Amino acid sequence: MDPQRLLAQLLCQYEGMPGGLLPLLQAIQEDFGFIPRESVPAIAQVMNLSAAEVHGVISFYHDLRTEEAGRHTLQICCAESCQAAGGRALEARAQEVLGIGFGETTGDGAVTLEAVYCLGNCACSPSLRIGNNTWARVDTALLDSLIAQLRSAEVLS
Amino acid sequence: MTTRYFIPRDTTALAVGAQSVADALSQALQGQEDVTIVRNGSRGAFWLEPLLEIERNGERVGFGPVSVADVPTILALGPSDQAGHPLYLGPVEAHPWFAGQQRLTFARAGLDDPLCLEAYLARHGFDGLEHAVHLPQADIVDEITRSGLRGRGGAAFPAGIKWRTVMEAAGDEKYVVCNADEGDSGTFADRLLMEADPYQLIEGMAIAGVAVGARQGYIYLRSEYPHAWDVLHKAIAKAEAAGYLGEGICDSDKHFHLELRLGAGAYICGEETALLESLEGRRGMVRAKPPLPAHQGLFGKPTVVNNVLTLAATSSIMADGAEAYAALGAARSLGTLTVQLAGNIRRGGLVEVPYGMSLRELIEQFGGGTRSGRPVRAIQVGGPLGAYLPESLWDTPLDYEAMAAVGGMLGHGGVVVFDDTVDMAEQARFAMAFCAQESCGKCTPCRVGSVRGVEVIDRIIAREEPEQNIDLLHDLCDTMEAASLCAMGGLTPHPVRSALRHFPQDFN
Repeated sequence: MDPQRLLAQLLCQYEGMPGGLLPLLQAIQEDFGFIPRESVPAIAQVMNLSAAEVHGVISFYHDLRTEEAGRHTLQICCAESCQAAGGRALEARAQEVLGIGFGETTGDGAVTLEAVYCLGNCACSPSLRIGNNTWARVDTALLDSLIAQLRSAEVLS
Repeated sequence: MTTRYFIPRDTTALAVGAQSVADALSQALQGQEDVTIVRNGSRGAFWLEPLLEIERNGERVGFGPVSVADVPTILALGPSDQAGHPLYLGPVEAHPWFAGQQRLTFARAGLDDPLCLEAYLARHGFDGLEHAVHLPQADIVDEITRSGLRGRGGAAFPAGIKWRTVMEAAGDEKYVVCNADEGDSGTFADRLLMEADPYQLIEGMAIAGVAVGARQGYIYLRSEYPHAWDVLHKAIAKAEAAGYLGEGICDSDKHFHLELRLGAGAYICGEETALLESLEGRRGMVRAKPPLPAHQGLFGKPTVVNNVLTLAATSSIMADGAEAYAALGAARSLGTLTVQLAGNIRRGGLVEVPYGMSLRELIEQFGGGTRSGRPVRAIQVGGPLGAYLPESLWDTPLDYEAMAAVGGMLGHGGVVVFDDTVDMAEQARFAMAFCAQESCGKCTPCRVGSVRGVEVIDRIIAREEPEQNIDLLHDLCDTMEAASLCAMGGLTPHPVRSALRHFPQDFN
């Protein structure tokens, strides 16, 4: 669908929803992959807010982004339970192998690396998440192989 | 007679390979008559996942942890020779890990397909709501008050008192909000419940709605839980279609609508007022209290905000009575305690026991020590804002007051085990860094204090005037504790100070 029409449709859908700004932003990101900066004035108008308020919400939440992410997003859990089970080594390894820091995307556009604080998988730490899939008891060998698959654009299941 | 095979669809079970086991199972059973594969929730014994259970002739036995390669060897077994298989566990309830527990809130977890309404009803589901819709509001609130139920999110506030406040508040428009933003590392009880027994939460929310006079409820679920989202989304639709949500619930004149909302990756939104701001579509900034949410909550209206487990527990209280619930537990901590064994642990998972068991008993009896095989050195109880406890404190009974007396906090029941390779100065630094990362920024002690905290700990680690800097760190902790607006800044000193007090050798 034409991006303008898609945006208009979403704006229409969430216009009357109580507290609908966050669900609207999530829906836009779901469809566009990110929240285009140029959509902010239209969002503000429909939700009866200032552009600054909309920007404030976008910038507050870690999940929301205004730029396209890589083809895959690799989230490494950096919280205590995973730290206790070798997570700090995974954090370092992921950055080293991908050659980027947390919050960055590889030059080939394949992988965005993100820190996440708890995936609720703590009985089998350390954990990571790609898309809606979570991996448990991750060691560096598994991490390396997952990253290799992400880079070669294989579909993970 | 149909043979039923159970293989969980829970997040952790999937993370350790349950899907490939399910695929192998369905391939192997293709063409066979009288067999069903049930994708159940998990029972919470995550160390046994993927846990495959087989039910024939009314007998249900488990095998675990099962890999794809084990599937043909298990399917080749006859009913008489299965006990000889190395992964055979027998009837799972009778396994020592479960036999030592008292499952109440999690009694149904893992038994059935979580979305099967008939299975929920067959296990006395919606009995509590059916009972509640015919009672005066005050009687429901009384029942909850007499049960002694306290909030399970961490603050342990008596649920009955909160409900009474909202019930008595003026106005027609009230809300029930479920805090499903389970952000504490080492906790997964809410996730497990939502994925394994979603109707229990829905039932509890409807009971709360009927009790306080709210017609609208919201579940605020964190975005890190995509499987829970999927299950809840479908469960709400099925409960609506069956008349347990919506207009005239359970054929009464009571109405309760329920909507699922998704968080966006902000730890602070687990704080109830930040959660309400987020639900209203704003930045998740903490509100000053008073006014309490019970007086002015969501959209400025009286609002019950309860944790997943608190709301879920009300269903069995309304079904079985306050006395049955209060008969469990000790002192002022009544009912059951949900502990999540996490971190460097051999037998991680969800343990539901009466209050009062000690940390040592839990770690030894259920946890089986560390996964690394090295000695346990520190245990963090109660999430990122909880204290690190040394061995000398592991005999403390696990209830709210006893934990508080040793400078700890039970919180949401997360127990994260660290072995002797842990560097406690690094853990103290992380507590401050996490606070800096996740602070909403509204109050200075938290926003600025956490950043300064990281800097001071860095200087201590670098041996720059360590004594003066340790004094400074204590001073900073005093300020954060006394002057922060909410528990984020106010309790971050807990892990920091406990590391300093109990593990001073790591700082010099």
